[in-house]
Amino acid sequence: MIAHYLQRLVEIFPFFLKGLWMTVAVSGLSLILSTIFGFLLGTLRAGNSRILSGVIGIYVSFIRGTPFVVQIFIVFFIFPEWGIQLDAFPAAIISLSVLGTAFLCEIVAGGIKAVEKGQWEAAASSGLGPIQQLRLVILPQAMQTILPPLVGQYVLLIKDSSVVSVIGVIELTRVGWMTVVRIPEGLMVFTLVGILYFSISYPLIRLSNNLERRMAVEQVRL
Amino acid sequence: MIEGFNFRVILEYMPLFLEGLRNTFLISFASIFLAIITGIIACAGRLSQWKVIRAIAIVYIESIRSTPLLVQIYFFYFGLPTLGIRIPELQTGILALMLNSGAYIAEIVRAGITSVPNGQIEAGVSSGLSYYQRMRFLILPQALGVTIPPLLGQAIVLVKDSSLLSLISVAELTRCGQMLTSERFMPTEGFFTVAFFYLCIYFCLHSLATWSQKKLIFREEY
Repeated sequence: MIAHYLQRLVEIFPFFLKGLWMTVAVSGLSLILSTIFGFLLGTLRAGNSRILSGVIGIYVSFIRGTPFVVQIFIVFFIFPEWGIQLDAFPAAIISLSVLGTAFLCEIVAGGIKAVEKGQWEAAASSGLGPIQQLRLVILPQAMQTILPPLVGQYVLLIKDSSVVSVIGVIELTRVGWMTVVRIPEGLMVFTLVGILYFSISYPLIRLSNNLERRMAVEQVRL
Repeated sequence: MIEGFNFRVILEYMPLFLEGLRNTFLISFASIFLAIITGIIACAGRLSQWKVIRAIAIVYIESIRSTPLLVQIYFFYFGLPTLGIRIPELQTGILALMLNSGAYIAEIVRAGITSVPNGQIEAGVSSGLSYYQRMRFLILPQALGVTIPPLLGQAIVLVKDSSLLSLISVAELTRCGQMLTSERFMPTEGFFTVAFFYLCIYFCLHSLATWSQKKLIFREEY
């Protein structure tokens, strides 16, 4: 019996690969978007404007304080009530990016704040403009603190992308869910799904650990 | 949007929401309690001198950390019946949450234990303390201080993660929002109320975590 199910599982394996591709596409797109917005908002959050920083803080704690399922339901069900029709895919990208941006923004702000104030002053007195100060002096140093948790956050984002299956995006988890209805071997199906997730997130986890070790060494050297 | 917000429905469904809140509390407490035990056992295995036990612990921790929680929940939800084990959704969910958080807590505890400098252990050895005495009087009291703030962070994550149990039809907080959507088609009211309750829990736990962190810094100065 098990051999029979195994054979059927092999037959529909391309379907799983499609799901994996969808997971990579959803998480990859929202990863790029949240990196862009995360750096933008993180810089503003670490900036001098109290009001701006406060507003971003409220946004971040709203995102951190609520589960992602609730956020995705809010995006998916409530936007249509305001007259904005959203398909599952864009809704998934929007909610994942909003989530990722909030977490990355805190990481970036923390990294920028960790750079000594004297560096800003030195950069300003060398005649650099505000954006140049940030780009040439502050960010390269802040990257040391930002990079390891940044990669760790990417892993979380990939894992959170499994939740978008609830609004019907046919990604890896959804594929597993659809398969288990036809092939009633839950352990086998979800082990396969787990292995596929493992194959993308484990290398990233290792990368994050390596970066952490390397950055720690470099900071000692400084 | 505000004029369309129907507070009467929220009041009408308030008993349901409160029951959902209570269930979320119960699930989170039960899972964090069990997860701490699992985490300590897994951490002991991770630091064990026997290779086999260490390997098992590493496989457990890494496989949990690199797959999404939703996949783990489905794994047990669809997988246990195929093994002939039939347990209710609630217990399945708590089992999944326990094993998931256990792996993260194992890493938190390990970071706490390895944060105690080697010199202290050597000092313990040279004062003639046995392994258990060193654990009891030297390592654990210091490790606990480092462990508690991230442990509270994990508790926050766990409360949010428990929302995923709504997908295997456990009647907790997020499920109430889904019911309001399916019975009355009022997702705005449902999910904003759910989000509000989660935010309340988040702020309580978050301030507790910040407070414990301050206590920790005080202890270090002391």
